[in-house]
Amino acid sequence: MAKKVAFMQGNEAAAHGALYAGCTFFAGYPITPSTEVAEVMSAELPKIGGKFIQMEDEIGAMAALIGGALTGAKALTSTSGPGLSLKQENIGYACITEVPCVIVNVMRGGPSTGMPTGPSQSDIMCAKWGTHGDHPAICLVPASVQELFEETVRAFNLAEKYRTPVMIMPDEIVAHMRERIVFPEPGELEVIDRAKPTVTPDKYKPYDTSFGDVPPLAAFGSGYKFHVTGLNKMADGFPTTKAEYVQAEEERQVRKVEANAADIMKWEEYLIDDAEVVVVAFGSTSRSARFAVDEARKAGIKAGLFRLITFWPFPEQRLLEISKKVKGFISPEMNLGMCAGVIKGCIEGNAPVLGIFRVDGEPINPGQILDKIKEVK
Amino acid sequence: MSFDYDKWIRPGKLPHIWCPGCGHGIVMKGLIRALDTLQLKKEETAIVSGIGCASRLPGYMDCCTLHTAHGRAAAFATGVKMAKPEMNVILCGGDGDGTAIGGNHFIHACRRNIDMTYIIMNNMIYGMTGGQFSPCTPTGDKASTTPYGNPDPGFDIAKLAIGAGASFVARGTAFHANQIDKLIVEAIQHKGFSVVEILDDCPTTYGRRNKYKSVIEMMNRLKDVAVPVKAAEKMDPEQLKGKILTGVLHKQDKPEYCEQYAKVIERAKGTAR
Ligand SMILES: Cc1ncc(C[n+]2csc(CCOP(=O)(O)OP(=O)(O)O)c2C)c(N)n1
Ligand code: SF4
Repeated sequence: MAKKVAFMQGNEAAAHGALYAGCTFFAGYPITPSTEVAEVMSAELPKIGGKFIQMEDEIGAMAALIGGALTGAKALTSTSGPGLSLKQENIGYACITEVPCVIVNVMRGGPSTGMPTGPSQSDIMCAKWGTHGDHPAICLVPASVQELFEETVRAFNLAEKYRTPVMIMPDEIVAHMRERIVFPEPGELEVIDRAKPTVTPDKYKPYDTSFGDVPPLAAFGSGYKFHVTGLNKMADGFPTTKAEYVQAEEERQVRKVEANAADIMKWEEYLIDDAEVVVVAFGSTSRSARFAVDEARKAGIKAGLFRLITFWPFPEQRLLEISKKVKGFISPEMNLGMCAGVIKGCIEGNAPVLGIFRVDGEPINPGQILDKIKEVK
Repeated sequence: MSFDYDKWIRPGKLPHIWCPGCGHGIVMKGLIRALDTLQLKKEETAIVSGIGCASRLPGYMDCCTLHTAHGRAAAFATGVKMAKPEMNVILCGGDGDGTAIGGNHFIHACRRNIDMTYIIMNNMIYGMTGGQFSPCTPTGDKASTTPYGNPDPGFDIAKLAIGAGASFVARGTAFHANQIDKLIVEAIQHKGFSVVEILDDCPTTYGRRNKYKSVIEMMNRLKDVAVPVKAAEKMDPEQLKGKILTGVLHKQDKPEYCEQYAKVIERAKGTAR
């Protein structure tokens, strides 16, 4: 039988990706340009007996999300810039309590309300540094409608596998553009469920590291009773201020993601092998970049594209390797140089990083990138 | 034989952090008696709190317990209840937690009329952070951030809850300890969002700064201001001046949120007539 094909928006694809991954709970608060995610979930979830709730604000939405996830549900919320700021305290709470959940954050222009419908790529630092304290960060930055679907499935998998919030951050262009999408058949994409405890309820500890860096998580209402708190905690979930526990637990929470970066990270290399100029790009900008690289090649310039699919963890090692062989990097981005800064931070000064930084609500076009490629000598 | 509270307390988690004379412990014992009366299953009972001295209560209870972020208990609990309506969900916290930072979540939980019971321990102060004034601190009183007297008017939590749509609202005091469990039992049995405000005391950060020389004086105040709703019916406005009504203040049959959503599911599945 032929596969189901549709023509849909990125946001709609994210919602369908979530459903494919087994999401049964959504809590959100409307904000442009992410509203279509909530709208699709409100229509689809009750059909499968799932739950949709529109909360009073983003803080409440993130809180309800964690509450829902603790009952065992795969839980999703969607938001954009200012909403992400409001969610941050509770994202930190989900990090320290190790509750899996997925946050779609559609990046739009400016800080606060900025340019509500203009595209941007300016929340990527919020994804890593937004909440207080040291915490793991997983952030995916898809570039097409198809990829937004597939990466949302992967976001749930990573959340469940590593017991942590995962952010998926399309820019407004990717979230709002319409493209052809081929729906994977059930079973075609891997779907991972969180590890459940195998011990009897009286033996269960929600942060028992004898099961490794990602201990199994029981569900409220499944016969296990346990304590969850945002305070620094011991294996049984109870608060502690004992230095050795606090240090070890914080390190483990970060380690469970960083030590598994190879499993989490994803990127695409296009014409990199012999490249002298490498454009590092993500989201909609990477589409212009690919076009520019093709044009540059036609003009005899050895250009290549390094397309980020995960932003965090960042592929530092690979970029360091590439930096030893190239004359320069170009970082086109819809912010004032956030990605360029991260690239500079990992290539040890091996090559210059030239930026194209736009925050005027206009997309970065191939011509601009091509001009910049030509500047690298 | 006297009542055995231990069977509801998590092994090894006492002593608690509360100061001698703090009313929060009296409320916890009331809650335990209520859970025991109703014979709720520990594994199917979630106790959710925010942040503050009052919000430390769930940590001592041998149930599914969730100590969340300051003010957000109602929102976390809404997620739990919505995702698993079979759970008994009980919320607890302080007046600061519930009505200041958590005010918005509180009124919307009332509005939804989601089937949970919210026990608000109103000691009229921010205890945990050292006695700053809360939305419930009486005007004129001293707090660490109102050294010249509190200029703010206070909230009436019960009226706020009724106005926002809660379908069961009761008030008790830490002095009237024997009433607490009865109010909580009725609140839990009620289908819908139930609020039980317990007037209690914080001798450490409120009492000392104000007119109370001892815990006993603070408790006596609770005894003196409380008037049962029934008794109040026979009193004239002059007699009721400065008094606070206790007992069940409001009870109403109203559609419950999870049941309403179950109908949404039916409609979405196309099974509704
Ligand atoms: C976002 C945030 N703001 C402020 C605080 C600090 N804080 C902790 S407890 C508390 C007050 C608690 O007062 P209340 O809820 O009345 O409970 P009590 O301690 O009196 O029992 C505050 C302001 C916090 N933890 N988080
Ligand atoms: S500071 Fe006040 S509220 Fe906190 S435990 Fe002590 S007496 Fe109770």
